[in-house]
Amino acid sequence: MTSRELDHYADVQLLPGKAAVIKLVVLLAVLAVLPFVVPGYRIFTLNYMAIFVIVGLGMSILVGDTGQVSLGHAGFMAIGAYTSVLAMTELGAPFLIALPLAALVSAFFGFLLGLPALRLDGPYLAIATLGFGLAVTLIIGHGSFFGGHMGLVVPDASLGPLPLSGDISHYFLIVGITVVLAIAARNLGVTRVGRAFRAIRDSPIAAETMGVDVAYYKTLSFTVSAAFAGIAGSLLSLMNGFISPGVFSFTLSLMFLAMVVFGGLGSITGAVLGSLVMGYVNLRMDAVQEIPILGPALQNFSDAFMSPSGLPNVGWVLTGLMIMLTIMFEPRGLYGVWLRVEDAVRGLRRRGTRDDTAAGAG
Amino acid sequence: MLLQIVASGLSSGSIYALVALALVITYKTTEVPNFAQGEMAMFSAFIAYVLIVDYNVGFVVAFGAAIVFAFLLGIGFEGLFLRRTKNPTHLNLIIMTLGFQLALFGLAGWRWGADQRQFPFPVSASEVVRFGSVTVSTLSLATISIALVLMAAVFAFFRFTKLGVAMQATQQDPMAARINGVPVRAVVALTFGISSVIGLVAALLTAPLITLDPTLMWDPLLKGFAGAVLGGMNTPVGAVLGGYLLGVVENLFGAYISVEFKSAVAFLIIVIVLWFRPAGLFGRQPARKV
Repeated sequence: MTSRELDHYADVQLLPGKAAVIKLVVLLAVLAVLPFVVPGYRIFTLNYMAIFVIVGLGMSILVGDTGQVSLGHAGFMAIGAYTSVLAMTELGAPFLIALPLAALVSAFFGFLLGLPALRLDGPYLAIATLGFGLAVTLIIGHGSFFGGHMGLVVPDASLGPLPLSGDISHYFLIVGITVVLAIAARNLGVTRVGRAFRAIRDSPIAAETMGVDVAYYKTLSFTVSAAFAGIAGSLLSLMNGFISPGVFSFTLSLMFLAMVVFGGLGSITGAVLGSLVMGYVNLRMDAVQEIPILGPALQNFSDAFMSPSGLPNVGWVLTGLMIMLTIMFEPRGLYGVWLRVEDAVRGLRRRGTRDDTAAGAG
Repeated sequence: MLLQIVASGLSSGSIYALVALALVITYKTTEVPNFAQGEMAMFSAFIAYVLIVDYNVGFVVAFGAAIVFAFLLGIGFEGLFLRRTKNPTHLNLIIMTLGFQLALFGLAGWRWGADQRQFPFPVSASEVVRFGSVTVSTLSLATISIALVLMAAVFAFFRFTKLGVAMQATQQDPMAARINGVPVRAVVALTFGISSVIGLVAALLTAPLITLDPTLMWDPLLKGFAGAVLGGMNTPVGAVLGGYLLGVVENLFGAYISVEFKSAVAFLIIVIVLWFRPAGLFGRQPARKV
């Protein structure tokens, strides 16, 4: 840890230092140009990955910061998606209203589910969220109001005078919201609230002794995280044009957990990286055989030893193994690997210049 | 009518009770709910299926082989993965079980596809036995009796054998057990092996009721958890009773309120119990160490 991170005022700045401003500007520029550089059909993939990042940010707050497990975030996402679509079809609300409404309703359910968390440890809460996720898909799958198993068609949306149709307009909306939420999540992490979350993760009893209202912050963490998933659900309905209960399955919830674990628990950067990777894996799972080199090899292996139709399942195997190996060997995930690389590079540089103090202070 | 509903509730409750028991004995040892329990059982059930259907092996041999496989799978999961977790916090261990679940789910889907397979079983689900006004299928009868026998055996094992007592000692306090000469590591591994076998029996009794596919145990696992939470995650007997109770309550709900939303009862019960009595009906809230 460098001394800069211990300085509270530097910590809570929106953009700590010039370097951060430059990084953000470069990132925004890249994101703005990206849809015009990549082939058109890839923009859909990018949108999908950005939506995963939004869920990942929420999961990072809940799992990484507060240390609570959720196995039901696909349920929150479903609530967001259905709220948003039903608000548009039944109430005739514009998308600009439907989106925050989705966040609100999801947050409310997150609050309700978080309430028993007041007196519960991780294991019990994990079981409750597992039940929640399954109950949500069950209810929307059977209620005719929700379109049952057939799902709902999403009406055309517009943002004021701008029609929201086509992947590029979706891209700017989704990625714009993702960037805003990422900054918000990062800032939440360094404030009083974020520190309270981490204190609870490290020791609920110690946190309570230090004056942290454990019940309040645990529920808050759940609520915020559910709101993120709700926003992601609303955006997913927009980009897909169609929603059905099957989309929000239990395995999707596991995927959401996997992405923050793989990216690195407790780090926003890690959550974003992990979500990008897993979002891509999840979307491309049905087309494993199209991956260069590895794809045909897997296809051959699959034909010889496994069932040819089961090939897409290789994505689940990979995801499962990835999170197990992460926890076993690098609990800080991709972010931890990145830190190690950074350390190694710094070490090399230090040896080159023989200027230990200067390198250490950086 | 009511008796009939209770009887079929006890039949599905037997399966929930078995899953709950399997979950609780490892939960007591590691304080981690094993989310891979269902998939471990499903995978082992597939082993039995393959032996019976593809290799024409008899039921006894096939089920025996599946039991051995399940036992080794449990031991292997604990020894190769759980034990080697670098920083074994609750969160990390839960994630390990979820990773294992996902990997097994994917592996089964990859190998056997998503086809729904008819699971051959020596006892028929369509033949019925009459007890006065109550009719019970022979499969239900078999389920209830197999579950009872197995659970009696497990409890007797815990109560009357040296190894069983060593397991209980390890569950209560691993350090004290070790000091008293219990080979704690072997005992923990063995607990996972036994738990996995109990799960397998639940899977073997579930598969002929519905069909065999990789999602076989999703529902029973949730119900098992609900039963365990209802009875108390820290009391094996309570968890078993919770499983039966859930089976009956769920069936009553299905008969008198709504069949469609029957499966949501489990979730409702989890939330209600956690809200009002987190330790479960038969459990005591354990004091937590700081």
